[in-house]
Amino acid sequence: MTLTATTSHTVGPYYHIGLTWLNREDLTVAETLGQRVAITGQVIDGNGEFVNDAMLEVWQANAAGKYAHPEDDQDKPLDPSFEGFGRVPVDAEGRFRFTTIKPGTVPGLGGTTQAPHLVVLVFARGLVKHLLTRIYFDGEQANETDPLLACVPEERRATLVTKADASGVYQWNVVLQGTDAETVFFDY
Amino acid sequence: MTDKPGYRRPQAGTQPQYLHPPYQSTNLRSPSKPLVFLPHSLSEITGPTVGADRVQEKDNDLTAQHAGEPLGERIIIHGRVLDENGQPVPGILVEIWQANAAGRYHHDRDKHDAPLDPNFTGTGRAITDADGWYQFQTIKPGAYPWGNHHNAWRPAHIHFSLFGPSILTRLVTQMYFPGDPLLAYDPIYNCVPDTRAKERLIASFDLEKTIPHYALGYRWDIVLRGRDATPMEK
Repeated sequence: MTLTATTSHTVGPYYHIGLTWLNREDLTVAETLGQRVAITGQVIDGNGEFVNDAMLEVWQANAAGKYAHPEDDQDKPLDPSFEGFGRVPVDAEGRFRFTTIKPGTVPGLGGTTQAPHLVVLVFARGLVKHLLTRIYFDGEQANETDPLLACVPEERRATLVTKADASGVYQWNVVLQGTDAETVFFDY
Repeated sequence: MTDKPGYRRPQAGTQPQYLHPPYQSTNLRSPSKPLVFLPHSLSEITGPTVGADRVQEKDNDLTAQHAGEPLGERIIIHGRVLDENGQPVPGILVEIWQANAAGRYHHDRDKHDAPLDPNFTGTGRAITDADGWYQFQTIKPGAYPWGNHHNAWRPAHIHFSLFGPSILTRLVTQMYFPGDPLLAYDPIYNCVPDTRAKERLIASFDLEKTIPHYALGYRWDIVLRGRDATPMEK
């Protein structure tokens, strides 16, 4: 039997009443292994204005590069204190901030290795289907050989890479639409 | 090493394009540059197992969250979550939210001049059972006006959010009611060209599920993306 996946529709402007119960701005607990990273930024529309009714969801591997999921059969340790998922709200100025750990490298297709990254879903009024993007970390040597970054036009790769500011907080914006800095989104 | 199978790509016309001008909010929020094709690696065929431990048994009854009963037509919505291969999807989180019977959301940004109902929040959640079934008891939401165009009204709908076995099966959508004359005019309902895909967003009246002297039953099945049959080898 072959069925067709149900059509996606927008979360609309009032999703908070249904979804914010799972909000989390810190994906870690005290016992979680790995280097803490705080990531902050703004969701911005095609006019350069902030989007105050967006929501992010983050999915990632643990510090050893292992996903808390049965499909991951790598011989790497699970971290029972790390689920790898966060639903992250934006504030009245479209700004988000969350804390997590930098994940390890994970396998890519065809025997490749993927650089440390987070998978990020973006939901908002006006997004009939959520967007999917990734966050990579500036300065990681593995970025040079990451199989997915290699598929992204070179001049756009920087939109996927977060950089730490002077205080060590990583900055990363989600630009939904724009001539220069539009974030790379994936056809998933 | 053999790669594990990815997920099926959308069938033509059944999933929306990001830019859908009749729905004005898409105009400044849709990407203008081409999407980059994403092969399905371990990062995509895995996903959060958000679930059972966070949901209470009564979280699926939106009529029992306050001291009194909400106003409106009491309904039961149930259905099955399947994947594109026809397999039930058990143990996943289903979240819903909706307006009250007057068409007003319990949300401070909703300025529609219709009454709030102190006995209705409009939020529910459930976990699918071993055969993929879910069920909610609620009240039928009202239609409400919005600013998209002159005399724009959203048809009555309930928002659904589902996880599933991977990050690629994540689905947020809306369920509608049969016979609603507003569907024909709604740019969100009409955001895909495939007529059958649209019609699958409409629940069907379910007399079997209807409880005499108490509540009307509706059936709405949901299909999440399914795995490709053949693993890719390199």
